[in-house]
Amino acid sequence: MTSIAKPLVRHKQSRTNALGLTIRDYEGGMSTLCAGCGHDSVTAALIQAAWELDLEPHRVGKMSGIGCSSKTTAYFMKQSHGFNSVHGRMPSVTSGAAAANRTLTYIGISGDGDSLSIGLGQLSHAIRRNVNMLYVLENNGVYGLTKGQFSASADVGSKSKKGEANEQSPIDPVLLALTLGATFVARSFSGDKKQLVPILKAGLKHKGFGLVDVISPCVSFNDHEGSTKSYAFTREHEVEVVHTDFVPLRREITMPETEEDVAVVQMHDGVSLRMRSTSEQYDPTSRDSAYAHVRACQARGEIATGLLFVDESGRDMHDMLNTPPTPLVEVPFERLCPGRDELEALMERYR
Amino acid sequence: MSGVNDFAFKIATANGTGSASANGLIMQAIFRMGIPVTGKNVFPSNIQGLPTWYEIRVSKDGYTARPAEVDLVVALNPATYAKDVATVRPGGYLLYDSTWPLDPTLVKEGITILGIPFGRMCVEAFERDRDRTLLRNIAYAGALAALLEIDMPIVEALLNEKYGHKKRLLDANHTAIRLGYDYAKAHIQCPLPFHLEKMDATRGSVVIDGNTACALGALYAGATVGAWYPITPATALMEAFGSFCEKYRVDPETGFNNYAILQAEDEMSAAGIVIGAGWAGARAFTNTSGPGISLMQEFIGLAYYTDVPAVFFDVQRCGPATGMPTRTQQADLLSLAYASHGDTKHLILFPANPGECFELAVASFDLAERFQTPVFVASDLDIGMNDWMVDRFTWDDGYQPDRGKVLDAEALEKVQRFSRYLDVDGDGIAARTLPGVGGKGAYFVRGSGHDKHAAYTEDSDAYQELVDRLRRKFEHAATAMPAPVFHRREGADVALVTIGGCDAAVREAADRLAESGIVADVMRIRAFPFGPEVRDFLGRHEHTFVIEQNRDAQLRSLLTIELGVRRDDMIPVLDYGGMPLTAKVVVDAVSTHLAGVPA
Repeated sequence: MTSIAKPLVRHKQSRTNALGLTIRDYEGGMSTLCAGCGHDSVTAALIQAAWELDLEPHRVGKMSGIGCSSKTTAYFMKQSHGFNSVHGRMPSVTSGAAAANRTLTYIGISGDGDSLSIGLGQLSHAIRRNVNMLYVLENNGVYGLTKGQFSASADVGSKSKKGEANEQSPIDPVLLALTLGATFVARSFSGDKKQLVPILKAGLKHKGFGLVDVISPCVSFNDHEGSTKSYAFTREHEVEVVHTDFVPLRREITMPETEEDVAVVQMHDGVSLRMRSTSEQYDPTSRDSAYAHVRACQARGEIATGLLFVDESGRDMHDMLNTPPTPLVEVPFERLCPGRDELEALMERYR
Repeated sequence: MSGVNDFAFKIATANGTGSASANGLIMQAIFRMGIPVTGKNVFPSNIQGLPTWYEIRVSKDGYTARPAEVDLVVALNPATYAKDVATVRPGGYLLYDSTWPLDPTLVKEGITILGIPFGRMCVEAFERDRDRTLLRNIAYAGALAALLEIDMPIVEALLNEKYGHKKRLLDANHTAIRLGYDYAKAHIQCPLPFHLEKMDATRGSVVIDGNTACALGALYAGATVGAWYPITPATALMEAFGSFCEKYRVDPETGFNNYAILQAEDEMSAAGIVIGAGWAGARAFTNTSGPGISLMQEFIGLAYYTDVPAVFFDVQRCGPATGMPTRTQQADLLSLAYASHGDTKHLILFPANPGECFELAVASFDLAERFQTPVFVASDLDIGMNDWMVDRFTWDDGYQPDRGKVLDAEALEKVQRFSRYLDVDGDGIAARTLPGVGGKGAYFVRGSGHDKHAAYTEDSDAYQELVDRLRRKFEHAATAMPAPVFHRREGADVALVTIGGCDAAVREAADRLAESGIVADVMRIRAFPFGPEVRDFLGRHEHTFVIEQNRDAQLRSLLTIELGVRRDDMIPVLDYGGMPLTAKVVVDAVSTHLAGVPA
């Protein structure tokens, strides 16, 4: 149960980050998900990413909707503020929170049911609004909490545990996000922490909406033969098309020189990304190229992973709203209320 | 009625023909003559071509309710001739455009017909088609100025104020107003028996609509986040908030906006944005109408169950379903009071006019933050979209927002442990923290079962303890809500209980009833939950009438459910056709009922 806290044992040799916190300080309550659930690996990757980025836990808002994935916000960063809202509508709650206080780091956790069925509209419009947040979509193709119905991300022909094949065409969050103008689009695999952690870090540092679609197998209802979201299938068909290294500001860049072309993307607060494509034709800073490449991989039956597209020059919600760097919650009341004299003058307009 | 400064008239046109500015001009000119005046726009859910009416009531005694019949109708829409003639009182007048032959439908015994060739005169005077159509309206305003003795210098001053910067338009308007005025003076016995004489009864007043007033309240209360989805009749509220913010909330030094208005993809998202912003510590609100309230139900329950402040302006319209979007009603009372699944009860404020919209809008933010819960301001189309004459709004610069119990970092240091939902003071209100605060302040908001420490629970006792606290909080709120407004008469044995925009008609009805020997006290309820004053008032009269604008006597139901007043001890007076209430409806219902009661 989430109410049972794990005893925090400090080991002398535990490494600390710039804030003097160990990785255990970024943990949360004990997971109540099934043993082997992909989501727990994503949680672990998030903990790693937040620790490595030296995020102050109390300056983080963990946002979620409803479903197995949405429960995981209770399983990391227990010193952070959390909001587990209603099904499919975490993006709006996050939009409101971000509008009020832009200085927090917002981590939204959702699933394929929460994001692609009931919450498809909210996801789409949060992308359009370009809310400054990391949006992790833990994608297993199935409704876990209600025991195994297909979700909207299930591939055509993918089989349920009972053996039925899905006939409806899937919604691919990556292609959707690229179409809607998202400025940070990634796909990864819960079983590939090495790839996932730098992507999450990049997403956390991205200015604007950062979508990370994580194939995260459901061991109870969608990990059998015939499923295209199983561990085995994903391992077999995953193709990393972009390898991304996250280069923090405070560390010296000691990347090995390679023969391949490395695209360096500068992020807004000094950190940078070094992105290496596996194909010469593919440019992860071009939306059209990214879209075509992901489609081409799909046609070959491959799951394209990596930070597939990034654009650091987009205008986020606050740019569009022209809100000040000071969060609105900190603007003093005196600056918000025009006062008596202005009201008296204004009343003349209504005479 | 009918006489000097005591009459009503209406103008029937088709929408999209530009009559609104002429109607506003007439209304404002009368107001500037110092005479109490109200204007009601009855318009279709359409952009062009359907019938629209503008009703103006002039009342030296200050009555503002919609009149049951009119003394004069300006009939410019052939599609509604029959209907328009029917509302003219016997002995009244009808003015039509005599460019075309008199339609036999307009002829009715006892009604004097006046013809002015507005169309022909405008064709002769103006070259552009657009001018010929639009300025016909200004021409009828000119004719009315002659017929009713509207002060011409005031009319001309208003035109100068409005079009002074556009010379061509200004000249054309002056020409048009003179066309109507001069023709009426030359061909008709002016003024009509009912007409205007200058008074000094509007000096301390303004003419304003409720949506603008709510927006102004939100501005003054310090709201920074507005989220919405366009819907009639609430749209203008956020648009007004936006234009006030452009004027008062742009930082003069930096040029940044000290506000955020988010037009959401639907009402659910708007509610989510408000709740997210409220959780983060901003004063946030949405404006909507019945269909939006239906869509927001789940989020409303979330905010209730997790103690998050949120303000919802519900500008009610005729339901159910799409209903009649441009007609007024008070039929959301039950769906607001108990919005969302599970056991929920909410705080509602009922303004009666734009003046109260301003006051109660400010109060709604204080209540929402003090009680950490959704608060509804239940306005309606009549209040929201019509121009009302009300006292000038005032503001006390000593006002400080009531942010409720919020623990900051310093306060958190003094507590042993922070338990988000622990009722320390016994008033049902637990202190909250805002995201971003460190130390012990972090907690997890969850719509799932939680205990007083905000931890997940499926335990019966912990669950009940939490929802019982919410009930205590609601009961406590009843003592803090705005009290009802009473109008008492010596020896009254009849009680008239009402709500919101029915106020003007009910008070007028009480005066009429008194003239016929029926002495009635009036209680206008301003909030839900009902305070102790409401309970005290009920049951003290021989006859109690509950007057409201819905079919199912929803206010009466709430009084029965919440106060235990016997349903059959309250006689419902229900008016739900979508038009603003008239005093006549109330007088007739009360008189008829009392006449049927055995002595």
